[in-house]
Amino acid sequence: MEILVCVKRVPDTAENEISVNSSGSDIERGDLVYSVNEWDNYAVEEAIQIRDKVGGSVTVVSVGDAESEEVLRREMAMGADKGILLSDDAFAGSDGKGLATILKAEILKGKYDLVLTGAQADDGAGQIGGMLAAMLDWPYASLVNRVELLDDKKIKIGREIAGGNQEINEIDLPCVLSIQTGINEPRYVGIRGIRKVASVEIPVHGASELGLNADSVGKTSAKVSRVDYFVPVLGKGAELLEGSIEEKVEKLVELLKSKGGIK
Amino acid sequence: MALQIFTYILHKDGVIDDTALEMVAAAGKIDPAASITAIVVGSKTDAVCNSLIASFKEVWKIDNDALSYPNSEVIRGLLTRVIPKGSTLLFALDPFGMDIGPGLSIKLEGAYVPDAVGFNGIEGGKLKVVRQEYSGQVSTHVLCDISGGAVLTIRPGAFRAVEADAAGGTVIDKTADAMTGGLPGGARRYIEVVQAEVGDVDITKSEILVSVGRGIGEQENIDIIKELAKAVGGDVSCSRPIVDAKWLEKSRQVGTSGQTVKPKVYMALGISGSFQHLGGIKGSPFMVVVNKNPKAPIFQVADIGVVEDLLEFVPLLTEKINELK
Amino acid sequence: METALISPAGASVFGIPTIIFSVLIPIIGICLFAVIMKKRIAPLLKASPDSRFDRIPERVASLIKLWLMQYRQPRYMLAGVLHIMIFAGFLILSIRSTSLVVIGFWDGFILPGFKGIIGHIYNILKDYAATMVLVACIIAAIRRGFFKPKRYAVPEKYGKDHTAEAIFVLGLISTLMISESLYEASLVAAQVISGSEAEFLPPGTLVWVFKNMLLGASSESLQTIHLGSYFIHDLTFFFFLCFLPMGKHFHVITSIFNVFFMRLNKGNIKPVRYGMDESKLDEIESFGIKKFEDFTWKHILDFYSCADCGRCSDQCPANIVGRPLSPRFISIKGRDHSFKKYPLFGSEEKMDEVLIGSVYSEDEIWSCTTCGACEQECPIMIEYIDKIVDLRRGMVDEGMVPQSLQKPLSALEKRGNPWGKMEKKRADWTKDLPEECNVKMLEKGDTAETLYFVDSITSFDDRMQNIGRATAKILSAAGIDFGILGSLEKDSGNEVRRFGEEMLFQDLKSNNTEEIVNSGVKNIVTSDPHAFNALKNDYSGLPPVEHISQTIVKCVKSGKIKLKGIEDGSRIYTYHDPCYLGRHNDVYEDPRAAIDAIPGINRVDMEKCRDRSFCCGGGGLMLFYEPEEEQRMGVVRVEMAKKAGANVIVTACPFCLVNIEDAIKVSGMEGKMEAIDLAELIEIHIADK
Repeated sequence: MEILVCVKRVPDTAENEISVNSSGSDIERGDLVYSVNEWDNYAVEEAIQIRDKVGGSVTVVSVGDAESEEVLRREMAMGADKGILLSDDAFAGSDGKGLATILKAEILKGKYDLVLTGAQADDGAGQIGGMLAAMLDWPYASLVNRVELLDDKKIKIGREIAGGNQEINEIDLPCVLSIQTGINEPRYVGIRGIRKVASVEIPVHGASELGLNADSVGKTSAKVSRVDYFVPVLGKGAELLEGSIEEKVEKLVELLKSKGGIK
Repeated sequence: MALQIFTYILHKDGVIDDTALEMVAAAGKIDPAASITAIVVGSKTDAVCNSLIASFKEVWKIDNDALSYPNSEVIRGLLTRVIPKGSTLLFALDPFGMDIGPGLSIKLEGAYVPDAVGFNGIEGGKLKVVRQEYSGQVSTHVLCDISGGAVLTIRPGAFRAVEADAAGGTVIDKTADAMTGGLPGGARRYIEVVQAEVGDVDITKSEILVSVGRGIGEQENIDIIKELAKAVGGDVSCSRPIVDAKWLEKSRQVGTSGQTVKPKVYMALGISGSFQHLGGIKGSPFMVVVNKNPKAPIFQVADIGVVEDLLEFVPLLTEKINELK
Repeated sequence: METALISPAGASVFGIPTIIFSVLIPIIGICLFAVIMKKRIAPLLKASPDSRFDRIPERVASLIKLWLMQYRQPRYMLAGVLHIMIFAGFLILSIRSTSLVVIGFWDGFILPGFKGIIGHIYNILKDYAATMVLVACIIAAIRRGFFKPKRYAVPEKYGKDHTAEAIFVLGLISTLMISESLYEASLVAAQVISGSEAEFLPPGTLVWVFKNMLLGASSESLQTIHLGSYFIHDLTFFFFLCFLPMGKHFHVITSIFNVFFMRLNKGNIKPVRYGMDESKLDEIESFGIKKFEDFTWKHILDFYSCADCGRCSDQCPANIVGRPLSPRFISIKGRDHSFKKYPLFGSEEKMDEVLIGSVYSEDEIWSCTTCGACEQECPIMIEYIDKIVDLRRGMVDEGMVPQSLQKPLSALEKRGNPWGKMEKKRADWTKDLPEECNVKMLEKGDTAETLYFVDSITSFDDRMQNIGRATAKILSAAGIDFGILGSLEKDSGNEVRRFGEEMLFQDLKSNNTEEIVNSGVKNIVTSDPHAFNALKNDYSGLPPVEHISQTIVKCVKSGKIKLKGIEDGSRIYTYHDPCYLGRHNDVYEDPRAAIDAIPGINRVDMEKCRDRSFCCGGGGLMLFYEPEEEQRMGVVRVEMAKKAGANVIVTACPFCLVNIEDAIKVSGMEGKMEAIDLAELIEIHIADK
């Protein structure tokens, strides 16, 4: 099975206090470290496991600047066969649809049976998979937490829905799936693994290689654009509820209701 | 010109989801003058539609036996056929909304913005949407060109529901239009829903966690936590000592050595807040702490603190919440 | 000398000269033994290299102490004394057994140098030796067969009970002793009966008893006993020789080599490959142990040498709290796998090459805290930590790392600490220090005599930061010119290395080495034994490293620090030896001396202390990994402190403090038991100037 996985380089938010720069145009990136989007890691692991079962190949692809090569290498160290970087100045400022357009062009250059994305990203919108599928006219399922191969025409998938329940579907190939965490246990990649693939060449495809019209992507085509970042107002420390125990109960119930703490 | 906004109504077993009225609020926030239409897709939806006319001027109904389970690929096809180009569509951000939204925006050739938590008006055909990123650590304003139509998903709970105000709307049956050309979306076929095993809750996906720590004292007392969790519609989680004592399963442990959770609301009951425990809580949830020790470090990271013995406080809280229902 | 009985070299049975047997038995026995040994040596030749031929004088000295003198045996008193009796008996009787074999075809053979008085003295000695061995065997058999000490039990998952084999071998040894004595006793009895000159038999010995029993026997009976016992001895001897390499009694042959080739360094970890420079690690195709031959030859020799005595597992904290690890079975399973893969008959078996999942389980290998209790106990110096680390290296190389460990490892790679906290916050703990306590920031170009290497947990954990502040105050009070690296410091990597992530460790090491050398400090002090161990034993080219307990003792002695008396006399302190301070670095006395320097302090030792200290649960990455266990190590340790009558546990390691403070809470002993770091304890007792 020929599988393509879309991956993204994102700031590592664990323990990193994300703050907004003085002009509000961006988050403070000086002290950030980056890694592959956590959900994408599960998608790549799933792709590798499928390939190891039935053969074929796994290609990882990322839209981004030269630094995104780092995450492609990490996924190749995990076991992906090939990495492709989609990079062009014309891609800057693309919205979700723009990104999906770029990815679609790359997908149509190959013959893929299955395209996987992560279900979401910390700085993203969980939109690329669904958009891609719609553009390709392929079936799509989101939040996939189980994949079972039936034959070379169709697969059975489980989707995570509310209450920890699982929605089971049969879906025809080729298709696009967005993968939820917990579907597998991604393998560890250390420095050594990355060094082993350090010299593997990663082709870079720009707008011309993909046959994309510069105004179908990038800022000019974008219908959605970010204006600024700001810090939501948060209180400092706990606000201690005062009064008798009954009064505290009363106040807490109100607070819980307003914060969605009571379903 | 006032906007035409469609809101997709989630319903199950004839019960309308709470998000329906939140969507009315959200639509009003986008454009107070908007004409808001509810869309109901399913089978045997008359009761649902009829109760919606209290809140909506117009309710569009697509009703067919084949639609008893909401398969987003099918519904996307149906909506593409009936929704006029240039409309704005709202979905609740849930597994269905996430499934249908992005693809529908492509098919309707509109913009897409997910997980809106607020709106700041329209300027020059562009809607200013408030979103959160990085697990809610920062917020961002996004401009969305809605002039050619848009699909937006709304975070449940972000907008306070507007009470039904006897809008006295009408139900318009769009089934025939939608079904012209047969049932779409045949490449993805719904089979069944597998219910989560009892006692096998994945707390990493829970939105409300009622978390218990050593302050609970004895195993028998765990029941008061379970009752509270049931009352608020959340799941029970715990800190390590509770798992060590084998009072709850390991899968419910929050912490660096347990599960990393990202709830929206986290109630820490009798938990002092070791770094190992706090390390397992991400996404800055609304945190409520009940602890009889006012010096417990967890008060520093909490939003709301209650200095009480949880054995006394929790049953009262549960009782009060149940009274409201 | 005229003999009253015909010797095995001269006798005939049914017309067949018995000399045929006494020639054939040794030839067949030795040939068979040679073939068996060749098969046993085969995997050693295919194994990974190991450098064990250096420092010969040290090795000889260790051999004398640990092998010949059986130095570690009495740590388990009864078993140890029995072993020493049998071992000493074997050494003495080996000469007798050798000459007996020759006597079978060389009548009257006497080993060179054993003529005359020396021979007589030796004979007395060996008679007592044989008696001693027999007595020891009987006691040992009763002990194993009836009293069944717990540590010999074989849990179901590890296979069948080993008692039968043990009793069988004790039977073989007893047979050797009895037959040797009967051979001699029958001759002496015959000599006495015939009135000719007889060898003196020391009273009370087995042979003396037999002689007295046989004095009434006929000469035919004596002749039969004489020949019969000779050949029983001969056959048993060679059977035993060939039986040794079949199981746990292989140690009779291999232990001398195992001790000679023992690891001489403490606290360090073996290189990925011996003889390979660290800068060339990238050239190695595969890291660590994946298949059996990836073990070094010494580690396979370890497997062969394991005597199944169970002392390692009896001391192993992981085993005690019910984790899926028992070091004894790391060896036994390794040995059994080797025997199965390299069978005595037929050629090497094509077997499942990957050890993890077949011989060892992932959880088993991750369960080890590398506390070193097993290695401290093994009487013949079998190594476990290096093997476990090498197995982990293999798993890391294959990506088999528990999810809960992947995040801290990747944070260490990106941020230099397992929590992924920002580098610039590494020195934040100094903010709350009083003004007079000046911590120089070497990252900002300050220079200092001494570097305080803080390490990650003390830098970032809210509770442990207090150890950092206490240490800084002590150094400051002692007038030591010191500074910290601040954001330039990265995790020492002690656990990174021990969890098998060698390349990450190398990165951390070269970063820290460079920064420390560039800072120009003359010496290093740390309050974290894990950092202490890594800097001292894993790093190279650094100024001397000292643990704060050593600094404290020196400063108290020189009068730089004066301590005031204890205020609360009801407190009874006990000192918990951190593994990486004690066992791995032999620092046992300094922390105790530091505590005792506080006037009026009441300190007791726990039963398990010093080199038998019980691990708190493990440090570093162990905080992020929790194997299945019935109980927490820390809880067991707190119980021990309670039993010793203490109500304050003093540790000298931030990880111990985390685990023990947690354990006090878990076991509901808050208010009754307290934990404090040594640096904190000293700091609050510094006398005002």
